[in-house]
Amino acid sequence: MPSQSHSEHFPGPIHNPPVIKGEVHKGHGPHAHHPKLQHHFDDMDQQLEASTLGMWVFLVTEIMFFGGLFMAYLMYRWANPTAFQEASAHLDKFWGAVNTIVLIVSSLTMAMAVRSAQTSAKPKTQVMWLVATMFFGTVFLGVKVVEYTDKFTHNLVPGPNFVWTGQYPAGAEIFYSLYFCMTGLHALHMIIGLGMMTVITVMARRGTFDGSYYTPVEVSGLYWHFVDIVWIFLFPLLYLIGAHYGAGH
Amino acid sequence: METVSYLNDGHGIKSWLLTKDHKRIALLYLVSITAFFAIGGLFAMFVRLELLTPAGDLLSSETYNKMFTMHGVVMVFFFLIPSIPAVLGNFLIPIMIGAKDLAFPRINLLSWYIYILGGAFTMTSALSGGVDTGWTFYTPYSTAAANSHVITAALGVFITGFSSILTGLNFIVTIHRMRAPGLTWFRLPLFVWAHYATSLIMILGTPVVAITVLLVAAERVLHMGIFDPSLGGDPVLFQHLFWFYSHPAVYIMILPAMGVVSEIVQAFSRKNIFGYSFIAFSSLAIAVIGFLVWGHHLFVAGQSVYAGLIFSFISFLVAIPSAIKTFNWTATIYKGSISYESPMLYALGFIGLFTIGGLTGLFLSAMGLDIHVHDTYFVVAHFHYIMVGGAIMGYLGGLHYWWPKITGRLYAEGWAKVAAVMVFVGFNLTFFPQFVAGYLGMPRRYHEYPPELQVWNVMSSAGASILAAGYVLPLVYLTYSMFAGEKSAADPWGARGLEWEVPSPPPTSNFAATPIITEGTHQYAPSGEVGVA
Repeated sequence: MPSQSHSEHFPGPIHNPPVIKGEVHKGHGPHAHHPKLQHHFDDMDQQLEASTLGMWVFLVTEIMFFGGLFMAYLMYRWANPTAFQEASAHLDKFWGAVNTIVLIVSSLTMAMAVRSAQTSAKPKTQVMWLVATMFFGTVFLGVKVVEYTDKFTHNLVPGPNFVWTGQYPAGAEIFYSLYFCMTGLHALHMIIGLGMMTVITVMARRGTFDGSYYTPVEVSGLYWHFVDIVWIFLFPLLYLIGAHYGAGH
Repeated sequence: METVSYLNDGHGIKSWLLTKDHKRIALLYLVSITAFFAIGGLFAMFVRLELLTPAGDLLSSETYNKMFTMHGVVMVFFFLIPSIPAVLGNFLIPIMIGAKDLAFPRINLLSWYIYILGGAFTMTSALSGGVDTGWTFYTPYSTAAANSHVITAALGVFITGFSSILTGLNFIVTIHRMRAPGLTWFRLPLFVWAHYATSLIMILGTPVVAITVLLVAAERVLHMGIFDPSLGGDPVLFQHLFWFYSHPAVYIMILPAMGVVSEIVQAFSRKNIFGYSFIAFSSLAIAVIGFLVWGHHLFVAGQSVYAGLIFSFISFLVAIPSAIKTFNWTATIYKGSISYESPMLYALGFIGLFTIGGLTGLFLSAMGLDIHVHDTYFVVAHFHYIMVGGAIMGYLGGLHYWWPKITGRLYAEGWAKVAAVMVFVGFNLTFFPQFVAGYLGMPRRYHEYPPELQVWNVMSSAGASILAAGYVLPLVYLTYSMFAGEKSAADPWGARGLEWEVPSPPPTSNFAATPIITEGTHQYAPSGEVGVA
């Protein structure tokens, strides 16, 4: 039996029990008993801080997730520099640039959505900014569909049907493998983001958000901006490195 | 008449499967990892039975490959990685920091369901024929060469990785934002520090192995040439990406066990920990340095010798924070009022076995010697000393130490001592001969070997049977104690810490009122008298 009276055998130098119990923590702020306060948090500030920190930590994991792909990109571009330029030259810079602008604008509308919730704007205003964000997100995915279809019709999808007429078929196939993995994973994140936006748009319409509670909008906003930033790196690494290919030949 | 605790606050299967209480989720994890531990042990049993004789007579080489692969996959991803964090960490961290729950209770429950889903995938793979790539899923075994169920098993690992990520995320936010008033960082129990460092590895490393496994699946299904040389890829990239996570993953297993040992040596030496801040920072140091050593798995994979030198040097550096901990535990025990209850036996076992495991790690990080012992049983023995001798001894020690808190019951201490000694003896008999066999040249992952190595293998298999009995014993007396054990007081060991201030078992919301902390939570002596506050 573990000894019930252990301390009798080993009195030891025990003084001052460390915890003063029975005192209720009086740290409740002006938002005490807010209907959206979960029971295990002391106040709304703690709840908001926990949620935003949680999303930041999640975004760190996302950086590492995409990081593995960027590492693969780095290694294969270093091994096949010319092949990557040749392959990149076949991507459509115009649509890539359009999508970059579309995403940057969607980040602006997202920031406005967060701002409108923080400043307790009318639900209608909040919904407007959120819908605008979803609109631009959908446009981005639409353009992606056009681009992917083009790659399918031109046999640029890696695998048994891959056809490359240029000088470096092996390197080009790896480039397109990475292109589809990276932009595909990014598009998946966009789709998840659109799902999140749909939920918070419904909540916003019901008037859930105001200056005292806007955590879901803030947290979704952080996610949306992150997905945008990933694209800001993907665009030059995939679309622009072949810009001058052939110029010196 | 029973007082209301988390155990009887709500009845029925639904109150458990839909619970958001961190303590109940910890028990869900406890039951499921115990099941996976048994399954993983079963696979190991076949490996040890096959190796009793030099000839490959019990299993075909293909079946043998599947046995050691499934043993590794199940033990690493479904037992060792979640063991201490998801069970003991989940149960104790909120209580140790004076909080009602983790920051995200629903995400905590979600992580368990993700874990179960990942487990289901892996078990499907096992039942439909298994995987034979080794737990490392090395390409091209896993891409071009294997005909086994790589995708299902890999997806299982991919999915369960997210449960680990969510647990780490939850711990980090909880430790940052949920500490009781007055509980500053340097008043935190070392168990919490160890879990903070573990969580950092979980969130930084796991996503990388997730994407790596996804790329293997893409290569197998879509025939994209990421790792296949015939398509222009490079299989060594897989090894880099894989070990970038999987080496730090070893520290996911060992750091929480170190946290457990830090708690136990204080409680059973009746002394404040020696060198509190050094132990706290050494956890972080191990987490950070652990990310810079993966190249020591690639010494013979064609890595440049200069890269090898640097990885070798950084690998040696890990010994410093590890030794700091070991010396500080020893200094804590020194001149303490030591008592040898079962948790202390496990903790002392940990210190000894971890020392052997750590020192043989230095052999392996020396490039010249590694070429001799690479992929031999020496390596197998080394990492079992860390993972079994270290992580599982820590897990069992912690489970015994906090069992009265978790269940509110006392277990049969006599049997517990017997089991602890059996585990220690059985473990050493199993794995010490493997150092010798490996040094003599026995390669890992072969189901036949030259007859002159038989004596070491017979010793090893004999030890494994003692070890197995040592693991079954706690299952029996701990389960028995849940129903028939004597009721435990709030603090049966006379230990210090917030978790011993609340009733055993604790009420659902842990604390009647948020505690206010005025000094370190583990004061066995007033500040400044013995050890460091």
